[in-house]
Amino acid sequence: MDFGDILHTIFNFEDYGELLALVQNSIWAGAVLGLLGGLVGTFVMKRDLAFAVHGISELSFAGAAFALLVGADIIFGSLAGSVAAALLLGLMGVRARDKNSIIGVIMPFGLGLGILFLALYQGRAANKFGLLTGQIVSVDTVQLQMLAGTAVVVMIALAILWRPLNFASVDPEMAEARGVPVRGLAIAFMVLLGISVALSIQIVGALLVLALLITPAAAALRVTTSPRLVVLLSVLFATASTVGGILLALGSRIPISPYVTTLSFLIYVVCRIIGNVRTKRGINGRTGIPLQAAGRPAEDRAVAG
Amino acid sequence: MTPVVSLRGAGLQFGQRALWKDLDVDLRAGEFLAVLGPNGSGKSSFLKVLLGLQRLHSGTATVGGRPVERGSRKIGYIPQQKSFAADTPLRARDLVALGVDGHRWGLRLNSRIVNERVDGLLDLVGARDYAKVPVGQLSGGEQQRLRVAQALATEPELLLCDEPLLSLDLNHQQAVSALINRQCRERNSAVVFVTHEINPVIEYVDRVLYLAGGRFRVGTPEEVMTTEVLSDLYNSHVEVIRANGRIVVVGLPDATTHYHDDAHSGVEEGH
Repeated sequence: MDFGDILHTIFNFEDYGELLALVQNSIWAGAVLGLLGGLVGTFVMKRDLAFAVHGISELSFAGAAFALLVGADIIFGSLAGSVAAALLLGLMGVRARDKNSIIGVIMPFGLGLGILFLALYQGRAANKFGLLTGQIVSVDTVQLQMLAGTAVVVMIALAILWRPLNFASVDPEMAEARGVPVRGLAIAFMVLLGISVALSIQIVGALLVLALLITPAAAALRVTTSPRLVVLLSVLFATASTVGGILLALGSRIPISPYVTTLSFLIYVVCRIIGNVRTKRGINGRTGIPLQAAGRPAEDRAVAG
Repeated sequence: MTPVVSLRGAGLQFGQRALWKDLDVDLRAGEFLAVLGPNGSGKSSFLKVLLGLQRLHSGTATVGGRPVERGSRKIGYIPQQKSFAADTPLRARDLVALGVDGHRWGLRLNSRIVNERVDGLLDLVGARDYAKVPVGQLSGGEQQRLRVAQALATEPELLLCDEPLLSLDLNHQQAVSALINRQCRERNSAVVFVTHEINPVIEYVDRVLYLAGGRFRVGTPEEVMTTEVLSDLYNSHVEVIRANGRIVVVGLPDATTHYHDDAHSGVEEGH
């Protein structure tokens, strides 16, 4: 296979119009997941949960693999796995360091279980591969409805929790002093995150969930700190990655995930460059004359007495 | 008139160790109370009790005539300065806005009203110039001004300050404590100011609550900050010297008391 063949395999736009009609459901599913991933992702970044997303997705994979093995509904299996993982993390890992070690412990365990279940599974190999790398082309109307319905429920819940969750995420000590139920919100968010991970796995697979739940929000944070703009850009980036990925993948026989992850990676790189240029130029929204540099935190302490 | 804060026979202990007990304190509107004492004497826990985050072991505590409750709108809280990560998605005005409506459920639908309120608070503390700067890029002093604005968002009857001047340079210490004092005098808020260093606020303090060795003393600075009283509290000879309106305490048994060598003292207490 020479380079031209490879390129042709990756980008193949023959009979594009007909194919497009066939995958309408998939495009809608991609858009829904982009919207959801972009929204949830902003809180994942604020709460520093990137590693947790990875851990949850491995257990979600194990759940889906188990469902595949016993002939149960795969979506249900992956939901059960990820919500269980999310609850475990929410209940046990209060401190960041705790949390990371717990994730580090359950992640390989979940992945191992998943591989065990897949090894025992006798069915089609494509089913197995799809759990890890995603399979959007086969979304039927029932699945789409289920996906969209669940996503809407998660988004409504997120909207209700929005302000206190934001408060508890960016300024936890103060939020607690203000009577915000910081711990309850942490657990509630983990459940929402678990559901979102399980849904995203249907599209990009367990290994690449980060591309949907982290990269878009991380990219948005490189270019703005306005809370509203962060959310807007994050959703935009995530949707552009999923829908764009599906459109690019359409004619080829390659799974969707490399297209989605590459798009979202490129968006991140561009945002990072923009962010760095701005930092270098010292653009940070300050007006008037900045106060003297003497006020930098923690360095200048008043002398006692 | 009902006192803003009232503690009766209040006691707090962790395990076998009593931080303080039989504490009776009343605080009137417009009164400035400094809470002093060595590390681990329960200064921060005193604030936690008033915030409703820490239950008393004995006795009662009321704020505004009612038992303490979590998340009271009557209370504004100013924490120690801590640095934010540089990429925290929060600008100065967003930090202040958290104090206005951060605790409410749902999305913010009344942006215009909140924005106006935030603008007013920013003006109050002189932070308009950096309203749109990410908090991670602000100096400690600038952040603490925002903390004052954030705490004043609910027009509190009671301001609880937990070492708000720690790690600030002298200029910012003066600016921030003047802002707090202004709220006390002009808006008649009661202030509880936890600090290990009385001098930056000496001209504002009406009364001192000194906690040490499981005991306490309440009174005006002239009554409490004396060689006799502190020597008694510490059970060892302590010399209090006054010079140019400032107070210097010499010979403290616990060397950490009046020096800034432990920036996290307030956090460690009470855990």
